[in-house]
Amino acid sequence: MTPGRPHPEPVRTADNHGFWDAADDGRLAVQRCAGCRAWYHPPRPMCPACGSLDLRWTDVPGTGVVYSYTLLHHPQHPAFDYPVIAVVVELDEGVRLVSNLIGVAAAEVRIGLPVELRFAPTVAGGQVPVFTVAGAAQR
Amino acid sequence: MSAGIGGRAAIVGLGQTELSKAAGRSETQLAAEAIRAALADAGLAPADVDGLVSYTIDPVEETELARAIGFRELAWSSRVPYGGGGSQGVLLHAAAATASGAATTVVAYRACKSRSGNRFGRAQVGTQAGTSHAGTTASQWCTPYGLLTPASWMSLNATRYLHTFGLTNADFGRAVVQLRQYAATNPDAHFAGRPITLADHQASRWIAEPSIRLFDCCQETDGAVALVITDRPRAASFAAPVGIAAASGAAVGGEEVATNHYRPDLAVMDSAVALGRRLFGSTGIARADIDVAMIYDAFTPVLFMQLEGLGFCGPGEAAGFVADGHLGPTGSLPTNPNGGLIGEGYIHGLNLTSEAVRQLRGVAANQIGRPQRVLVSAGRTGVVLERW
Ligand SMILES: [Zn+2]
Repeated sequence: MTPGRPHPEPVRTADNHGFWDAADDGRLAVQRCAGCRAWYHPPRPMCPACGSLDLRWTDVPGTGVVYSYTLLHHPQHPAFDYPVIAVVVELDEGVRLVSNLIGVAAAEVRIGLPVELRFAPTVAGGQVPVFTVAGAAQR
Repeated sequence: MSAGIGGRAAIVGLGQTELSKAAGRSETQLAAEAIRAALADAGLAPADVDGLVSYTIDPVEETELARAIGFRELAWSSRVPYGGGGSQGVLLHAAAATASGAATTVVAYRACKSRSGNRFGRAQVGTQAGTSHAGTTASQWCTPYGLLTPASWMSLNATRYLHTFGLTNADFGRAVVQLRQYAATNPDAHFAGRPITLADHQASRWIAEPSIRLFDCCQETDGAVALVITDRPRAASFAAPVGIAAASGAAVGGEEVATNHYRPDLAVMDSAVALGRRLFGSTGIARADIDVAMIYDAFTPVLFMQLEGLGFCGPGEAAGFVADGHLGPTGSLPTNPNGGLIGEGYIHGLNLTSEAVRQLRGVAANQIGRPQRVLVSAGRTGVVLERW
């Protein structure tokens, strides 16, 4: 599979920008509560377990497994190559991310596949976290 | 009791425009036409209406409607979140308003041009974070990765569902064959006169492999539905009331409009489990009391997950339940006899409520005997309607 074209720019909000800012910087950052140590994604302004407002962007290695996937065929948007391989990755920390799997043939995608972190460019010159099969050569 | 509003309100009027792919008029006009028809059905005048409720994402403004229809004095209005999953919440809100006395006569409506206007199934990346009324974070977390439509969001859950229970898309197909069989004999349905076989279903193109094919998707539709709701004592004087026996919402945790990719087990629809508990737990209504079910089938997997979540069969058993014919006209749970959202059309779930009213009045195109109770489930809101 050839490297895809640049991804649409993520929409930044006051509550989510730490995730995308870290990605631009080549890091995967997930919220962790300083009060009770719980991990959260998608991000939120308050810990639902302990009520703490001290949720810290914490770098993680980005290793995990494919929890689910889908090969998107239709409808098609000019910003993407089809089929789009979309995945729900369960990180080792226990949180899930929606992302893309790259460097793998669509027919090889399956639930349980170990994955590791990569980054892919956005149209505005930033980056978004994506994943590839664990142990695959760096592209 | 958790669904305590049950038995205290009734639907006394139903109006629905034609279902089409190009209405050729505004959503406001569609809503006005459906509301006029519902008021005529109830034998009421616009000035009798003092309450109004719709979905948060409905484009029709209350003020525009009042101008067009001639509402004189609205004492109460409300909107319900969660998109189509919240569709039956308009009945819960209306029942609560009329039973409490906040309003006496409430109109619930939904108008869409989801084919000729803002298509749900179109791939678009321009969604703004500020669309908080859509109640979804999909634009934040899905759009950058090419997940641009409700089908794409749902397919992530559906693949996990198939994997968990060792099923394939053909299992979904058997339900679609039944829905299209119902639609074939419903003159209002988009697929009237066009039944399909399982082979036809399996030959329809992939939308999202391996879970959702084209024929698993509901119809993008233009049209509007309106219902008139009043309190139970007042309802007795109307020509064709239908009782609201139970009504509840069940928005669990971080549920979004189309789905939630973060709940503990994506193969289980938590909100449907909670909804089943609320509708059947302490209301005195048993699952076996349901004669006809109207179940929100935006995509076939959503139907399967509700059959299981609501408790009509166990986890992973919906495929067998469907294959054994339980959804058919002589099955234990005749389901979506109008053809559902997949076969009839998609007024964002409110046309399922229309069919429930028609079944209880005995005037449906595919009338299922003489039902006493009809369930309408949208996954995270639902009602049980009963014969008057
Ligand atoms: Zn905490």
